[in-house]
Amino acid sequence: MSEPLFADDETIAPPRRNGELVFEAPWEGRVFGVAAALCERGVFSWDEFRVCLITEIADWERRHALDEPYRYYARWQAALERLLVEKGLCSAVELDSREHALASRPAGHDHAK
Amino acid sequence: MSDHDHDHDDDHDHSHDGPAQRNALRVEALETLLTDKGLVDSAAIDAIIRLYEQDIGPMNGARVVARAWSDPAYKQRLLENATAAVAEFGFGGPQGERLVAVENGPRVHNVIVCTLCSCYPWPVLGLPPSWYKSPAYRSRVVREPRAVLREMGLALPDSVEIRVWDSSAEVRYLVLPERPAEAAALDEAALAGWVTRDAMIGVGQPRAPHPRGSEGR
Repeated sequence: MSEPLFADDETIAPPRRNGELVFEAPWEGRVFGVAAALCERGVFSWDEFRVCLITEIADWERRHALDEPYRYYARWQAALERLLVEKGLCSAVELDSREHALASRPAGHDHAK
Repeated sequence: MSDHDHDHDDDHDHSHDGPAQRNALRVEALETLLTDKGLVDSAAIDAIIRLYEQDIGPMNGARVVARAWSDPAYKQRLLENATAAVAEFGFGGPQGERLVAVENGPRVHNVIVCTLCSCYPWPVLGLPPSWYKSPAYRSRVVREPRAVLREMGLALPDSVEIRVWDSSAEVRYLVLPERPAEAAALDEAALAGWVTRDAMIGVGQPRAPHPRGSEGR
């Protein structure tokens, strides 16, 4: 299930430092950070990214009902991949092979970071 | 557009062996590949995540609203040029380049949305909550704002006009709620505790801080 639209009382807490769960999983923060860092560095502009994000969201919405579980940062990730490929900064083949390499690491491997 | 879109989309949405795990792996692939190419570095990404998890959030907007409630000249500046007015606090940066404050009154209530994606005034509110990005909120609040607000716990009388502001490529909105009558005697710092994130989106009203009280500062 994704979030209910109608937030219960606890989620409408007063503003405070650290008061919100900004990312629901570490990968959401990472993929947000990667896109923001590329933007900051001028690799692409926010507007270019936004156009891809809108496309990915619209595409998902065409193929799914309004109440289906929705993972916003999966759209963000798809938008980032789309833009990187469009700009020739990395290819889908490169990404696939890197993903396969990471998936075949032995269990209990050490993360580099 | 790339030929690969369809393959990827379906995998991310409902993969057989845990979509979230698949997303995590794919994002790790993205990050390590871009690091190898010298396009990103993990320290910069760490810093950005920390910034939005800890330092930028609705407590920024709450200070802006509290000042507007206490200082009529500041309120004037906020309504004339919100980007410049929030910069007086040192707030600015991505998604705040053209910020517009919309003022609630006895007969007008404002609410913000981004119908196409998730545009939101980051410098004053941080990153948006999940429901703000949901297809349901984004489509419904435009069509039936009164019903959506009621479902979210904000019942407005029919005499109040609801204005829905759709964030665009350029403009981000911030709602300036009405100062609650019960908070009339408070100073600016205490007032900030009354300003909720939802009040600044327009799906809630300011309210007395929780009794445990010490959060927010």
